Amino acid sequence: MTDATKNLSHLELGDDKTFLDSNELIINMGPQHPATHGVLRVILKLDGEKVLGTECVIGYLHRGVEKIAENRTYAMFNPYVDRMDYVAAVSNGLGYCEAVEKLLNLEAPPRANYIRVILTELNRLASHMLWLGTHALDIGAITPLFYTFRDREEILKIFEKYCGARLTTHAFRIGGCLYETYEGFEQDVTKFLKFVTPKIDEYEELLTTNRIWVERTRNVGMLSAKDCTALGVTGPVLRASGVKWDLRKAQPYAAYSDFEFEIPTGQNGDTYDRYLVRMQEMRQSLRIVEQAVGKIPEGPIMAKVPKVVKPPVGEVYHSIEAPKGELGYFIVSDGSTQPYRVRVRPPSFVNLQALDQMVRGQLVADVIAVIGTLDIVLGEVDR
Amino acid sequence: MVSRLKGQYGSGVREASTYLGQNYMVVDSSLIPEILHVLRDQEEFDYCVDVTAVHHPQREKQFDVIWILYSFPSNERIRVKTLIADGESVPSAVKIWPTANWLEREVYDMFGIRFDGHPDLKRILLPDGWKGHPLRKDYGIIQQDNEWVQINLGIESGQ
Repeated sequence: MTDATKNLSHLELGDDKTFLDSNELIINMGPQHPATHGVLRVILKLDGEKVLGTECVIGYLHRGVEKIAENRTYAMFNPYVDRMDYVAAVSNGLGYCEAVEKLLNLEAPPRANYIRVILTELNRLASHMLWLGTHALDIGAITPLFYTFRDREEILKIFEKYCGARLTTHAFRIGGCLYETYEGFEQDVTKFLKFVTPKIDEYEELLTTNRIWVERTRNVGMLSAKDCTALGVTGPVLRASGVKWDLRKAQPYAAYSDFEFEIPTGQNGDTYDRYLVRMQEMRQSLRIVEQAVGKIPEGPIMAKVPKVVKPPVGEVYHSIEAPKGELGYFIVSDGSTQPYRVRVRPPSFVNLQALDQMVRGQLVADVIAVIGTLDIVLGEVDR
Repeated sequence: MVSRLKGQYGSGVREASTYLGQNYMVVDSSLIPEILHVLRDQEEFDYCVDVTAVHHPQREKQFDVIWILYSFPSNERIRVKTLIADGESVPSAVKIWPTANWLEREVYDMFGIRFDGHPDLKRILLPDGWKGHPLRKDYGIIQQDNEWVQINLGIESGQ
């Protein structure tokens, strides 16, 4: 037993078996592995190609974000949240800003809310595109990666023109937005919508009826609706299991109650359904952006926020529908300029917990597919 | 719901109120597994959103342990909070909501609060041999386990 595998009692090999005459084998996947989407280490107990059990070892990217928050002012902590789920930084920022706004008991003006919705939905699209490209690459389809990265670039260009940054955007501030939309913003977004709609059909053409794709994803990593609820799994994974639940509808925030969109759901809760749900979600995001961009209301983009943010004593929990699931912020204020405690409820962390149940009894190659379909970002898992 | 619970448990439910439109209740730690069971089975809070803690070193009962619950049928949230002293443990909620497994491990890792009946209570984000619990208020922002860093990473300091 090596140092790496001790203390993993439920994964241990039988005592009388040596490495060669045992049918069971413990192998180590990651932390440096191209298909783990970052520094995730999974210890697999295998019987031939069959997975008997897994153990996730996480924390390689732990930066102590929650501790940092306690030592920064509310505004200073804002850019840090972008570094958790770094492929959907705009969603992180939206959740944090709204949580602090709630604590201050103020609301962002309608114009700011519309800008927020447009950018957040574009970011959801970018996040799903990155997921599709890498997930397909893991399974062996290389082409979608080039397609999605090409098109994601257009979204990043809009972000860059809006706030100067492409990934960790820090686009919003407590109380609204710092930047007014640039000249030609609406035209750029409309142009992008026209550009990207046929592209999503293109991705679907590559995969939806592709025999290899279907064989590799159908009935792989099944998760029932009941299991999802018990394991706290949210986001597209929950919806693919047939639960029609989306925080944008259930507890609308920003300006989401102004728009019409549907919540796509699946039936089987397998990897293929999760793929279909995310593809549908991309179209719904476009629908929301299309409705929002034409009628951004006039007015201020910033609410009246005191120069020094000093929320009254109290605590608040606010959550939003991030591309990965429910992203929540629990903030405790002691009345000073720095938060007393910030707890981030990360969707990736909680969803990753379902990995063990999803891959038990399946083949080792399916582990790759399941990690991809969970759509985790290790920056958010480890924080 | 609150009045029903208050009638059932009397002064065990210390406080039940709403702040900024969000419901929360403070209960005695002795009631913890029972009241969580009741909330799931009778009040349909079937989804445990989060388990977390807050450290108040100046208080006698230093830690708040908080369960954030959500009900799919009624689209409602509630926060259940209990106060415990340093060294006290709380019953685990893993049997009620399996999702509590990693969440409780994280609370243990960050605060050193033990959960009785947890199937595999060990550190999750920090390495196994690490000393100290970083989210306690007496743990400095640049503090680290130097001994661990020197032995395992072979460098003088991680700073």
